[in-house]
Amino acid sequence: MRAADRSIGARPSAVALGLLLFGAAAAPVSATAQQTLIVAAYPAVDEIVRAAVPQWKALHPTVDIQVISRQFADHHTAMTTALSTRSHLPDVMALEVGYVGRFAQGGGLQNLAAPPYDIARFQARWVPYAYQQATNRRGEVVAAPTDIGPGTLLYRHDVLARAGVGEAELTRSWDSYVAAGARVKAATGAYLLAHARDMKDIVIRTGIQPGEGLYFDQQSNVLVTSPRFVRAFELARQVRRQKLDAKVGAWSNEWSEGFRRGTIATQMSGAWLAGHLNNWLAPDTKGLWRAAQLPEGAFAAYGGTFFAIPRGAPAGHKALAWQFIQLMTLDRAVQLAAFRQQDAFPALVETYDDPFFEQPIDFLGGQAARVGWRAASRRIAAVDVHKQDAFASEVIDTELDKVLDRGKDIATALADAQRLLQQRAHR
Amino acid sequence: MKLPAALRLPPEAAPYVFLSPFVVLFAVFGVFPLVFSLYLAFQSWEPTSGLGAMQFVGLDNYAFALQDEWFWKSLKNTAWLALVSGVPQHLVAIPLACFIDSSFKRLRNGVVGAYFMPYITSTVAIAILFSSLFSTDYGLINVFLNALAAVPVLGWLVPAGAIDWLGDPDHIKPAIAMVVFWRYVGFNVVLYLAALQTIPADLYEAARMDGAGRLQRFFFITLPSLKPMIFFGVTLSVIGGLQLFEEPFILTGGRGGSDQSGMTTAIYLYRMAFDFNDFGAASAMSWLLFIVVAALTWLTHRAFRPRGAGG
Repeated sequence: MRAADRSIGARPSAVALGLLLFGAAAAPVSATAQQTLIVAAYPAVDEIVRAAVPQWKALHPTVDIQVISRQFADHHTAMTTALSTRSHLPDVMALEVGYVGRFAQGGGLQNLAAPPYDIARFQARWVPYAYQQATNRRGEVVAAPTDIGPGTLLYRHDVLARAGVGEAELTRSWDSYVAAGARVKAATGAYLLAHARDMKDIVIRTGIQPGEGLYFDQQSNVLVTSPRFVRAFELARQVRRQKLDAKVGAWSNEWSEGFRRGTIATQMSGAWLAGHLNNWLAPDTKGLWRAAQLPEGAFAAYGGTFFAIPRGAPAGHKALAWQFIQLMTLDRAVQLAAFRQQDAFPALVETYDDPFFEQPIDFLGGQAARVGWRAASRRIAAVDVHKQDAFASEVIDTELDKVLDRGKDIATALADAQRLLQQRAHR
Repeated sequence: MKLPAALRLPPEAAPYVFLSPFVVLFAVFGVFPLVFSLYLAFQSWEPTSGLGAMQFVGLDNYAFALQDEWFWKSLKNTAWLALVSGVPQHLVAIPLACFIDSSFKRLRNGVVGAYFMPYITSTVAIAILFSSLFSTDYGLINVFLNALAAVPVLGWLVPAGAIDWLGDPDHIKPAIAMVVFWRYVGFNVVLYLAALQTIPADLYEAARMDGAGRLQRFFFITLPSLKPMIFFGVTLSVIGGLQLFEEPFILTGGRGGSDQSGMTTAIYLYRMAFDFNDFGAASAMSWLLFIVVAALTWLTHRAFRPRGAGG
């Protein structure tokens, strides 16, 4: 539900790994007495879990829920270490979508497709892409989706109005989006977007063929010289050449300052960004923003949260853990409460008829934006995950920088990326 | 009050008991990670599958590391940073130590303390401080350069326009080198000041009577006498420089910067393990880095050995 911003504080080491090995094993649990289910989560998800405890206690009075809460990056590092050493494992772990894909490659998470879990019987109740995202190539389903991040184009209504640019012009096609940006820049001086990279990230996600991942196909062939990459790079270069991007990265000081001062006119992101803008990024711009679908009919997901059961968790707790996950992901009331209180967009489709979706959002000038996000969430396609995706995205970003900053030829840049990725594809 | 005999420590066991706090800690935090990483360097491991998922792959990880462009790139970055941040540390610290030694009497400890401060300052504070100093539009460094540009002759030397210190691949390395230099120069000053106290005053007295000037005394007495300490200081700089992690890590947000321009080998192998999930290759790289460190330390030793010694 939140972009993976890397924190300075998180710096695990081989030492920490060693420590865990020497750590004491979990105490044995007796079946009759009061039991405790341990749930490991990160901010916002931890609050959602705590809020659901009363409902859980009503169903299971003898089972307490203990929430272990860590910062986003720390949490995932701790889960990686716990899985690799099979010690200090929680009964249930919350995972951000990027880590679900990564962990699904290994065998550390319980396969929920197998009995007694049989998660497939619930498949139709969740947004299709979210369920697919937790399925690995062996057909195992390693986690259940709880919230999703439908992609949206947030734009400054006032800035666009001054330039005489309408929403249709912004979203008709990528070329039209760039052309609109040129007019906005000329009329108001505001940048179209924070970084040309943001646009590249969406364009490479459009037109992915079935069986293809973002950077690799199922046979680990590298796909980065395909037309979607060429187009993404060309569009990004156009943006940079016309000086339409502010050249600032997400979550930087300049980024939030740009929103506050209205010097960044649009931002592609997950729907949750509207909440962040309202709460702390740029609360004074309330009423000036609107949300639209991404340009050229693109649909993409930004983040998403899942719950998983570690294979190495105490066997006696797994049935309870599964019931807990069902409560969090399949209960209408729990899902809607999380949506209302924490902006966690539900993965559970049967919540979509709730009147809350039609309510106007003050920050977006009274727009009922959740309706659009609801429509988008059904159209997002799942993308195959490859274990080298994190590295590939780094390589592509680097080559894009070279194209934008140093005028490197696009074909050469993509060929260089291809060569570097081929070396890793089968590791 | 005497303890009962059964609880008393037999004299022959005493040394081991007294040593054990260190030995146990060292075994857990020193030896174990070393051995474990050496073991990992020969394995292919999908870490989230548990320890049982390791597969022996022989020298594959080493072969991969040696063919990996980014590993070489990171070594080049590391070498550049070690040289550009390391050499000036000593070139500045030695004269500075002499100056402090000769010119400050009562204020000396205060001055040394001021230079030593950066060394003991927390990295998080340094990160906040320098991120704002290096900021493109609002940073003091660019403001200062701008002011210089207005001075007639100096203006020629100063680049026009604001420098994107931490975003532009050409400027990340100098920015990091500046921070490293700032952080460790005081430490070296303290080292050299300590060494200066061991040079007998009568040497200087005799030289002065023979008519040696200030510069001559520096080059023919001070510098040769400092040689053992220079060897020690340079060795620390070589080892520290090659393992450089914290400063570039915080200044580049843990990613190594645009075009990986600030990605040292230590950062790269950390990212190999924790971002790219390849613990085997990361361990192999750390052992390759160890070989480089050992080789360069040995070379430093050769360069500074006393004249006429064999070997």
